[in-house]
Amino acid sequence: MAKDKFHTLVSRAVPVDVENVDTDQIIPARFLKATTREGFGDNLFRDWRYDKDNQPIPEFPLNNPKYSGKILVGGKNFGSGSSREHAAWAIYDAGFRVVVSSFFADIFKGNALNTGLLPVTVSERFLRKIFDAIEKDPKAEFETNLVDQTFTILATGEKESFEINTYKKECMINGFDDIDYLLNIKKDIEAFEVSRA
Amino acid sequence: MGSTLFDKIWDAHVVKEIKDGPSVLYIDKHLIHEVTSPQAFGGIEKRGVPVFRPERTVATPDHNIPTIDQHLTIKDQLSKFQVDKLTENCERHGITLYGINHPYQGIVHVVGPQMGITQPGMTIVCGDSHTSTHGAFGSIAFGIGTSEVEMVLATQCIMQPKPKKMKITVNGDLHKSVTAKDLILYIISKISASGGTGYFVEYAGSAFTSLSMEGRMTVCNMSIEMGARGGLIAPDEKTFEYIKGREFAPKGADWDKAVAKWKQLYSDTDAKFDKELTYDASDIEPMITYGTNPGMGAKIKSHIPKLDEMPASERLSFEKSMKYMGFNAGDELQGKPIDYVFVGSCTNGRIEDLRAVAEFVKGKKKADNITAWIVPGSKMVEKMAIEEGIVATLEAAGFKMRQPGCSACLAMNDDKIPSGKYAVSTSNRNFEGRQGPGSRTLLASPLTAAAVAVTGHLVDPREVM
Repeated sequence: MAKDKFHTLVSRAVPVDVENVDTDQIIPARFLKATTREGFGDNLFRDWRYDKDNQPIPEFPLNNPKYSGKILVGGKNFGSGSSREHAAWAIYDAGFRVVVSSFFADIFKGNALNTGLLPVTVSERFLRKIFDAIEKDPKAEFETNLVDQTFTILATGEKESFEINTYKKECMINGFDDIDYLLNIKKDIEAFEVSRA
Repeated sequence: MGSTLFDKIWDAHVVKEIKDGPSVLYIDKHLIHEVTSPQAFGGIEKRGVPVFRPERTVATPDHNIPTIDQHLTIKDQLSKFQVDKLTENCERHGITLYGINHPYQGIVHVVGPQMGITQPGMTIVCGDSHTSTHGAFGSIAFGIGTSEVEMVLATQCIMQPKPKKMKITVNGDLHKSVTAKDLILYIISKISASGGTGYFVEYAGSAFTSLSMEGRMTVCNMSIEMGARGGLIAPDEKTFEYIKGREFAPKGADWDKAVAKWKQLYSDTDAKFDKELTYDASDIEPMITYGTNPGMGAKIKSHIPKLDEMPASERLSFEKSMKYMGFNAGDELQGKPIDYVFVGSCTNGRIEDLRAVAEFVKGKKKADNITAWIVPGSKMVEKMAIEEGIVATLEAAGFKMRQPGCSACLAMNDDKIPSGKYAVSTSNRNFEGRQGPGSRTLLASPLTAAAVAVTGHLVDPREVM
């Protein structure tokens, strides 16, 4: 089914400067009981955002009004752990369209792409510069350009290229998904089944 | 140049390759459960496409179900709705379901092998990262997201970039009382919780081949905890012996044909891996984790690393982790008081695990400060445990027997470790809040869990045997 098309995004960014952000932090298991894809954003980073009495923890960046934007910036090894796509849905549902880190867990990266959330991998040095830029000015804007495969800190003009395979890039730009592709090659799949029988 | 076992299986399942993109990979077996499948069924129904090969999918509820009074209606309305939805979806699409009171129900990764559904050379996926468990049989098995569950339902295929290949060799014999769990926790502590990212692992060497099938499943299960997509072990006589006679195993002439084919499943001696690591089995001792990712593990008889023993770049996240756990850098591990012991999960909820605990605690009592839960991995494991007298032994020692399910491994149901309490757990993840908000998890083998239950504190099981 068609997803949002993605070309470029200029936005502020929300920093979660923590390494090894695992999927149980992104969306704790007890919130996986829904049977639709919507609504998970309310519980994004639930146990870091709220205390035991369900009161918001003001210093957590998602609760801090000085931060906003459609770009989430996380520390190294983002999305490790479970295969729950709900983690990518929660980030998307909370309004993010890009997630930046210096290293993503494999399954999370695939799930993000299938959700329409663009994972952008930058060097550790550049990631630090992004965090510094937000720290210096929470209103700082960043450009994610999928066509050119670049991420730019607009305040300084510093940019870095990121990798994405050509197929997935085309899918994101055109709003295609893998299931459309697979349904279109059903004949090939049937022929494959016959060939190995 | 020769091929790796992984390449042989992968290449035999590629329907189509996309230039500069992923491969279209055919899936032999698809396992589903209540939590990650409803949106996938919703997706195909919205598209108006049927399940393409319903006979290749098997379902069982496990993540969300209560582990007491399973014969009654599920009290948690959201859980009940999810489990009912699985039943409805399976009925509507003609998928085999081992429902909550079915004699074959259990944790999906315990069910596959026990039924003989899991076989060498297969591609197996499930919307659960611990699908890597099935690699113990020499299959390519890995966890997928819900969009991919939808792809498999709709087309029996997924789109996957081919991972790199890593070989982990452990030569020599494991010391007595050092188990499969200690072996894999040792490896993860060496290569870190992200060191395997981008790779599919093959485990080789006598430390793995000498393990039982249950032990091999424990090892492969935790491949994801080093970031690897999955791990596999070449099938051998032990593998064939385990599968033989199980419900879905090939029978008669088909069996001989299957075994002949399975015997071709090994990495050629000149096969090239992208990365190779080698460890010595004699260096491995009973292990425990002390932090908030599975890479933070150490020998129980050692101590938590001191700050000056680790790279400066890791200190910040280490200190955050220690604060959560209520531990200090440099602390001795033995003697730390523990509140809960959990034996179960797809990592260590099989009959061999329950036997190991029962053998240790026979004639002993759990310590007063310990609450001990035993959750069998499936109804079949539970039945065997009753018949073998394991349940009687454990109950006499003060353990609480629960009914099969994922339970306190991820605490989706009521089996939660209270905030601030310490649990020695035979499961696979020690993330913050994994076993309930504020819970503190220390991962260990069933044998260590048994020793902790009896002594009431962290202890190397060899000291109390």
